[in-house]
Amino acid sequence: MSVTIVIALVLLIAVAAYLAARYRATAAVKGEVKSLHSLPSYYGWHGFIMSFVPAILVLTLWLIVQPMVIESQIKGFFPPEKIADGSSLALVMSDVRRVAGGLDAAVAAGAMTDREASMVRTEFTDVRDKLAAVGVALGSDVTKEVLAAAQKYRELFSWGVSGRMILTILAALLGAAYAFMVTTPQFRARNRVEVVVLGLLMVSSSIAILTTVGIVYSMFSESLDFFSQYPASDFFFGLTWSPNFRGDSELGILPLLWGTLYISFISMLVSVPIGLFTAIYLAEYADARTRAFVKPAIEIIAGIPSVVFGLFALVTVGPFLRDWFAEPMGLGNSGSSVMTAGIVIGIMNIPFISSLSDDIINAVPQSLRDGSYGLGATRSETIKQVVLPAALPGIVGAVLMAASRAIGETMIVTMGAGAAAKLDLNPFEAMTAITVKIVGQLTGDTDFAAPETLVAFALGLTLFVITLGLNVLALQVVRRYREQYE
Amino acid sequence: MSSIAQNLSGLSKPVASLFVEDAHTKARNNAEWRFRVYGIVAIVISLLTLAIMLWSIFSDGISAFRQATLKFPVEITADVIDPKGNRNRDEMAKTTTVSYAKLLETGFAAELVKRGISVEGLSAKDISAFVSKDAPAELRNATLADPANMVGTTVELSVLASGRIDGYLKGRVTKESAVNDSNISPAQLELADRLKQAGVLSVAWNPDFISNPDASDQRPEAAGLGVAILGSAYMMLLVLVMCLPVGIAASIYLEEFAPKNFWTDMIEVNIANLAAVPSIVYGILGLAIFINFAGFPQSSSLVGALVLSLMTLPTVIIATRASIRAVPPSIRDAALGIGASKMQSVFHHVLPLAMPGILTGTILGLATALGETAPLLLIGMVAFVDNYPAAPVTGFLDPATALPVQIFGWAQRADPAFIERSAGAIIVLLFFLLIMNVVAIVLRRQFERRW
Repeated sequence: MSVTIVIALVLLIAVAAYLAARYRATAAVKGEVKSLHSLPSYYGWHGFIMSFVPAILVLTLWLIVQPMVIESQIKGFFPPEKIADGSSLALVMSDVRRVAGGLDAAVAAGAMTDREASMVRTEFTDVRDKLAAVGVALGSDVTKEVLAAAQKYRELFSWGVSGRMILTILAALLGAAYAFMVTTPQFRARNRVEVVVLGLLMVSSSIAILTTVGIVYSMFSESLDFFSQYPASDFFFGLTWSPNFRGDSELGILPLLWGTLYISFISMLVSVPIGLFTAIYLAEYADARTRAFVKPAIEIIAGIPSVVFGLFALVTVGPFLRDWFAEPMGLGNSGSSVMTAGIVIGIMNIPFISSLSDDIINAVPQSLRDGSYGLGATRSETIKQVVLPAALPGIVGAVLMAASRAIGETMIVTMGAGAAAKLDLNPFEAMTAITVKIVGQLTGDTDFAAPETLVAFALGLTLFVITLGLNVLALQVVRRYREQYE
Repeated sequence: MSSIAQNLSGLSKPVASLFVEDAHTKARNNAEWRFRVYGIVAIVISLLTLAIMLWSIFSDGISAFRQATLKFPVEITADVIDPKGNRNRDEMAKTTTVSYAKLLETGFAAELVKRGISVEGLSAKDISAFVSKDAPAELRNATLADPANMVGTTVELSVLASGRIDGYLKGRVTKESAVNDSNISPAQLELADRLKQAGVLSVAWNPDFISNPDASDQRPEAAGLGVAILGSAYMMLLVLVMCLPVGIAASIYLEEFAPKNFWTDMIEVNIANLAAVPSIVYGILGLAIFINFAGFPQSSSLVGALVLSLMTLPTVIIATRASIRAVPPSIRDAALGIGASKMQSVFHHVLPLAMPGILTGTILGLATALGETAPLLLIGMVAFVDNYPAAPVTGFLDPATALPVQIFGWAQRADPAFIERSAGAIIVLLFFLLIMNVVAIVLRRQFERRW
C-alpha cells in the first residue's frame, strides 16, 4: 500500500472527524449555535487537526526510521570479511536493493509467485536469468548472501509497509476519537485551532533561518572537506589557479579574487557616476512629466534578466571593444575581457544605484534646500554642498550594495569575462572571476570527493562572506543615516 | 531718502545691474548649467544603452521565428525502407535514418535535374548538405506513423534547409564570409540563389521554434524552445505553490503576531540578508542539500523550483509585509471590537485587503525567478534535454531545462546560428516578463487602495 493511499485514507478520516465533531457540537446545544463557545466549524477543524496532524507525524517518522532499521538488519548478513575486495558495504547494499526490486518485478510480472520469491535459492535457480526474463538486468551474478539478504529485505519491507499503514491509521482514528470526546459546548475549540495556526505561521517564518543555516552548513561542511585535502594557506594565498583532475592541482583563489575585484571596480566606475547623476537629475531638476517617463524606462533595465546582459556582452559589447579599442591600441584581441564584463555589469547596476539614491535624495528635508537657496546658493551648489552631504551615508550604503551585487554577478562574467585565471592589469585581457569558476567546477561530470570539485564550495563560502560583509556594512551605514532626521 | 540718492550719485563707480552677469556669477551659472547637462547625459546614456541592447537582441533574434525550407518531391522507395514488403511497422523500424537520408538526397538531386538547375564545381555531397540533418529523422517518423499510405509513393515534402543556407537567406552568411567558412562555399550559395528563384527554397514562419525540443550542435535549424518553456512553466507553477502560502504565513506572523524578542530579530536580519545573497549561492545550496543530501533527481523542475523558491521567498515576504502594514489599524480595531479574535481579524479582514499588493509583489518575484540562470546551472539544468517532461505530477521529477538556461546553453555553442536562436529565446523570455509585469501593474492600478 503506497504512501499516497495512506495519506488519502488519513485525509478521509480527518474529513469524517471534521463532520462528526461539528455535528456533535451543534447537536449538543440542539442547534442553538450561539450557546457554543466557538463557531461550529471550529469544532470541526479541531477534529480535522487532531486526526490529521498526529497521523502525518507518525507517517513521517516511520518513513525516516524504517530505512535505517532495515539497513542495520541487513548489515548483519555481511560481516566485513564477507565483502569482496574492491567492493564496499554501500555497493553490496545497492545490490541487495536491486535484487529485491527485481524479485518484486518478477512477482508483479507473474514470473514467480510471492512464495517462490521468498524461497528461491541460488543453488537451484539462476536468479540472474530469471530476473533478466522480466526485464531486470543485474550487473553481476547473485551470490547466496545477497539473495538471502534481498529476501530478508523484502520481508522486512512488506512488514514495514503494513506496520506503517496500521500505525498511521490508528493515530488518525485515535485523534479523531479524542476530538469527538472533548467536543462539548464549553470546549474552547477556537483557541485550540488558533494555537495550531499560529504554530504554522511561526514555522513558515523560520524558513528564512533554515535557509541561512542550510547555506552556511552546506558550504561549511564541504569546505572543511576541501581544506582537509588541500591546505587552506595555499588556497587563500596561492597565486596560480590550474585545476587538474589527475591530481596536483594548484587552487589559489587570488587570481580569481583579483578578476572579481577588477571587474567590479570597472562596473562601479560605470554605474556610480551614471546612476548618481540620473538620480540627482530626476530628484532635483526633472519636472513631473519627464520623471513619469524616464523613471519607468530606467527601471526596465532592472527587470531584464542577467543572462540577457550576458548575451549582450558576448555578441555586441565584446566585439565592439575589441575592434574599436583593444586592437587599435594594441592591448590584445580578446572579445571577452574585464572591460566587457565590467561595463555591462555597470549598466545592469545603473537602475539599482539610481533608484536607491533617488529615494535617499528625496528623503532629505526640503527645509535644508530652502535654507541654502535663501543664502543665495544656486541649485547645483545646494545639491553639491547641502543635499549630497546630507544624503551621503545612504548613497554610500547604496554603492556598497551595488558592489556586492557586482561581485556576486555570475552570468555576465561567465559570458563576457572569459575563463583564463590570471593576474594582469590590462583591462582588455580576458580574466575570470570567482563565480565563473564555481559554475565551471560544479557543472558537467563532477566527483564530489575530488578537491577540484570541492574547491567550488570554498569559493562559494568566500563569495558569501564577502557579499554578506558588504551588505552588513551597507545596512550599518544606512542605519546611522536614518537616525539623523528622526 | 534724499540722502541715499546723494550717496548713490556720489559713488565714483556705478553699481552693476543684477541683470548683467559679472565674471563670478557667470562662472557659477556655467557650473549650474554643466551640472544639469551631466544629469541629462547620464540619463541619455542609460536609455541609449537600453535601446541599443534591445535593438541588437531583436535584430539578431527576430529571424529565429522564420526558417528556410526546401520543397521537393521524394519517392519513398519500398525496397529501401521496407525490404520485406509487408509494411510491418516493427520491421521497418530497423531501417535507420541513413537510408532515409539517401532517399532525400536522391529526391533533391532529381528535383535539381528536373528543373535544370546546376552550378559548376558542386559535388553530390555539397548538394546534399542543403538538406538539414534533421530531415531524415522527420521523414522516418512520418513514414513509420503511416506506412501503408507512405511507402512506395512520391510525397511532396517540405524539409528544413541546413543552418548555413538558412543564414544566407537571412543575411547572416554572405558570399564573402563563405570564402573562409569550411562548412559552406560561395558556389553553394550561388545554388541557393537559383533555388530561391525557382521557388524550391523559401523562408517561412517557424512555429517549431516555440514547440520543438532542443537539437544537437549539428542541427541549429531544428532547435526549439518547447522543453525550456515547459520546464520554466513547471517551475513557475511550483514556485507559486510553494512561495505564496509560506510567504504570506511568514509575513502575517512577523507583522501581526511576532513578539519582540531575539528569535524575531534573528528572522528579520536573516530575511534582509538573504535578499542580498548572490543567486549562485542558492545554486550551491540546492546542489548540496536537495541533490547530494536529499537525493532528488538532477536537472528536475522540482529541484529548480525549490532553489528558486528559497531565492524568491525574501522578496515575497518583503512585499507582503509592506502591503499588510499598509492596511490601517482601524480595520483591525473594528474587527476586534465586534468580537473577532486576533486571528479572525487578520484572516477575514487584513489579508483580503492586502491581497492585491501581495499578488503584485509575488508576480514581480516570479518574474525575477523566471529570468534567473546561475543557480539552475549548478543543479544540472544546463544538460542537453530533448525529451519533453511528462505531465504533472510525475513530470516535475523529469529532467527539464529552463528558458534562461537554454539561452545560455545556445550562446555557448560554436555555430553562430545558435546566437540567433539564443536571441530569439530572449525575445520569448522578455515577452513573458512583459506580460507578468503588465499583469502586476494592472493589478496595482485596479485594486490598490489609498487609505
